[in-house]
Amino acid sequence: MTPQPDSRGHFGPYGGRFVPEVLMAPIEELEHAYLAAREDPSFQHELDGLLHNYAGRPTPLYFARRLSESLGGARIYLKREDLLHTGAHKINNCLGQVLLARRMGKRRIIAETGAGQHGVATATVCALMGFDCVVYMGAEDMRRQRLNVFRMRMLGAKVVSVDTGSCTLKDAISEAMRDWVTNVSDTHYLLGSALGAHPYPMMVRDFHRVIGEEARRQILEAEGRLPDVVLACVGGGSNAIGIFHAFLSDRAVRLVGVEAGGRGEVLGEHAARYRGGAPGVLQGAYSFVLQDEHGQIASTHSVSAGLDYAMIGPEHAWLHDERRAEYTAASDAEALAAARQLSRTEGIIPALESAHGVAEAIRLAPEAAGKILLVNVSGRGDKDLDIYRANFPELDES
Amino acid sequence: MTRIGRLFECLKKEGRKGLIAYLTAGDPSPDRTPALVEALVRGGADLIELGVPFSDPIADGPVIQRAGERALRAGTTLSRVLEIAEQIRQHSEVPLLLFTYLNPVLRYGLERLAQDAARCGIDGCLLTDASVEEAEDFVAAMQSHGLDTVFLATPTSTRRRLELVARYSTGFVYLVSRTGVTGERESLSGAVTPLIRAMREVTGLPLAVGFGISRPEHVAELGRQVEAVVVGSALVRLIERERANPGLEAALESFTRELKTGFRELA
Repeated sequence: MTPQPDSRGHFGPYGGRFVPEVLMAPIEELEHAYLAAREDPSFQHELDGLLHNYAGRPTPLYFARRLSESLGGARIYLKREDLLHTGAHKINNCLGQVLLARRMGKRRIIAETGAGQHGVATATVCALMGFDCVVYMGAEDMRRQRLNVFRMRMLGAKVVSVDTGSCTLKDAISEAMRDWVTNVSDTHYLLGSALGAHPYPMMVRDFHRVIGEEARRQILEAEGRLPDVVLACVGGGSNAIGIFHAFLSDRAVRLVGVEAGGRGEVLGEHAARYRGGAPGVLQGAYSFVLQDEHGQIASTHSVSAGLDYAMIGPEHAWLHDERRAEYTAASDAEALAAARQLSRTEGIIPALESAHGVAEAIRLAPEAAGKILLVNVSGRGDKDLDIYRANFPELDES
Repeated sequence: MTRIGRLFECLKKEGRKGLIAYLTAGDPSPDRTPALVEALVRGGADLIELGVPFSDPIADGPVIQRAGERALRAGTTLSRVLEIAEQIRQHSEVPLLLFTYLNPVLRYGLERLAQDAARCGIDGCLLTDASVEEAEDFVAAMQSHGLDTVFLATPTSTRRRLELVARYSTGFVYLVSRTGVTGERESLSGAVTPLIRAMREVTGLPLAVGFGISRPEHVAELGRQVEAVVVGSALVRLIERERANPGLEAALESFTRELKTGFRELA
């Protein structure tokens, strides 16, 4: 496979740069700054130091013995991104982008957040650097993820409630883009997923590639061979592209992205772009997006705020067309059950997002004796305890 | 040449400046749009931008966002906006520019849109989120059906980008007065004067300035510098406020006339 994206940010036909003209010059500036930083050993050195000493890399690769045995088939390994500082993989990208912002002389950082994990990670790195931080969050998501809202405020960030449209991640991104359009000269938009206009999908991927590079080395050490399947949940797809990338040339390794199947098959009841999506443009990129017959973006549903988004990242759309990765979906109910099963068998409460990846592993494992499954546990479940409580009332009797 | 090109020729010949009026088609309902356009024209609007509502309007401020939501709730689609254009054409030769985002247009089909828009009397199209780099297919489709393609230039655009905007634009170039989303402002940004100067260096096309213009004195100030001035959110806000009032059309006509008085002192 040829390296992607091309110089204009295209992954095959997907990606590109679809933003209002006012953002074009700042995005070109960002691209140049990023390409220069990527080649600068001192940038990489500082980032590696922070990833190691501040965020806690490398994260363990853990053999989930009791889960594997209870399913009676495959050997399941977990990449423990949930053990990172702030509780999810998002910090990898935030550290990279905040160093880049400092290099560009931008000391005001804005971000969107769905589940709140990216917002928390952004607020964290801004506290670390002493930068101003504004996080846009859908009103509905603020309600679902109250603890993360408080956490961001405690870290010194301003959290702005977005009550337009569906009041979720998509609307938070639109509002962050409007802020950026207005304050381009001193503001960096720290986009949190492998979405948006070039160079974001490439840059966010690059900052998360460390996940797959570590995991590949670790599984070779543990098992002396590569895994048969690598699984990760896919909202925009940053944790998935991060773990997939190191395995792209290992053609025998199946790469499986798990989208949010929500509570039904009908448009509006899920966030599975490969159940009814079509190519289109949203918020800077051309990719697969859930939309109606008139090109209006559809509303989505997932129990997990971090997967509740209408578009899949453009590199995933390309990997799908190239048949290098497969995309499936886990329902709300399957994700909740998987979270409970992982908690009981391994003592690991995953984030609801990550539970979608675990659910697919649980589905595959019984029929996969002798196979190795590698699941990216992209985040931990502390932020989701309110939702778990609401869904497991039998555990909540006083 | 489209009605847009002929308008700017005529303005030049008569030594006048043009007033461009934006409204979101379908707000408050598709049935009312033709009458609102007629009112704008009676008030003196020289060109109408027909906004096609999109679910995720990243370049728009709250006023036009709300108008888009009302229009979508009222069932407005791109096909319906083309029908509206056809209705307007039965009574008026005012130039019509579609103003929207890329996704509804891609879904409709570029070639199909160009063909249908030309048939319905549309003169051109502006897509706020189609950068010149990604616009080749769009430009080719529109121009093959004789439609204008208008692109935005902004205070952040570099010289190289202004040249690209000039190369892909026909009819006129739309200058954005300041960084930011659509919406009224108390006073105009100083960023627009250098932008006008820089754009003149790379194109002979007529220039229009928009974003943040809501008063006759803004119209007057910009009328000294460019061929046309665009008013959007101020008109849309009036439609929002008076939408339940049978006097809406009269109010719109009279506000348009008042805006146009800004040009009077130039004569």
